Amino acid sequence: MDNLANVQVLRIQILAIVGSILLILFILELIRRKKLKEEFAVLWLGMGSVFLVISLFRGLLDRFSILVGIGYPPAALFLILIMGLMMILVHFSVAISELKEANKKLTQELGLLRQEIEAR
Amino acid sequence: MKKLIIVPAFNEDKTIGGVLEEIRDHCRGFDILVIDDGSTDRTAEIAGSYPGVQVIHLAVNLGIGGAVQTGFLYAREKGYDTAVQVDADGQHKPAEVPKLLQPLERGEADAVIGSRFLEKGSYRGPAGRRLGIRLFSLTNRLILGQRIRDSTSGFRAFNRRAIDVLSQEYPDDYPEPEAIYILQKRKMRIREIPVEIAGRKGGKSSISLPESLYYMVKVFLAIFVLILRKHE
Repeated sequence: MDNLANVQVLRIQILAIVGSILLILFILELIRRKKLKEEFAVLWLGMGSVFLVISLFRGLLDRFSILVGIGYPPAALFLILIMGLMMILVHFSVAISELKEANKKLTQELGLLRQEIEAR
Repeated sequence: MKKLIIVPAFNEDKTIGGVLEEIRDHCRGFDILVIDDGSTDRTAEIAGSYPGVQVIHLAVNLGIGGAVQTGFLYAREKGYDTAVQVDADGQHKPAEVPKLLQPLERGEADAVIGSRFLEKGSYRGPAGRRLGIRLFSLTNRLILGQRIRDSTSGFRAFNRRAIDVLSQEYPDDYPEPEAIYILQKRKMRIREIPVEIAGRKGGKSSISLPESLYYMVKVFLAIFVLILRKHE
């Protein structure tokens, strides 16, 4: 009985470790192929690393949940996940706003230059 | 004195011709600049067919703020002394432009807003919009310490100093109320004078309920942020 539970925990632990490593490798591959700017890669790598650490050291999640007062440790996992995703999403909003501003400036400059040429 | 009329236009091919003709008839000594904000109809073609009208084509649709700001950038680059914004939908009467200019010429103001509410304005408009404008007006009095009753009016004239400020900082969408605060922050003198407004000649009446709610929230957020920045 106890043995069976242990085997199951070990299984999910191995799965989590493999999953985290795959995420990190996937991000590294995207950087290598220049599909991902470092600015964004850092966020995803950070998240991958956090998950790797949590899955390697099982006691960490339990201690964290006690620390913040969560009775059910897996819920703490979701909390960490959601907070990480939120941070990445806010970062995306900032990046999109910057792109929009750059896009506006380019469009205005292009329009002014085109007018200059056509007016000649 | 170099004077420019800026006409931002997005898919206004039904009305822009009439507006340009009226400007030509009523506004002597003005150069005319149409900003075609990525229109998909014949707006640009019609505007370009009027001799003496300059047209700037924006490759992508920037929205009213980005379009008008392009006009300010042009005015600054070419050294214009005044710039007047006149909408392409026929709402603003070019015959009123000289009136709008008077406070600038007398050196009494840096920016003049053509108001639909002072004295003989014939503007009615939907109740929701009027309520929104009232609310802006109240905010203006509280924060600016100045009574500006028609903050959403886009019928405005600016002198060189104001053009300089707005060419550097101008909001993207629903820019009018926020622009007042931007000007005020730079110590610009703002005057409001009564003008007559024609009913819409074409194009659909601007905004739906969700949009006007977004309008309100956006403007108040922007004003709030501007106040925070001022105290930095």
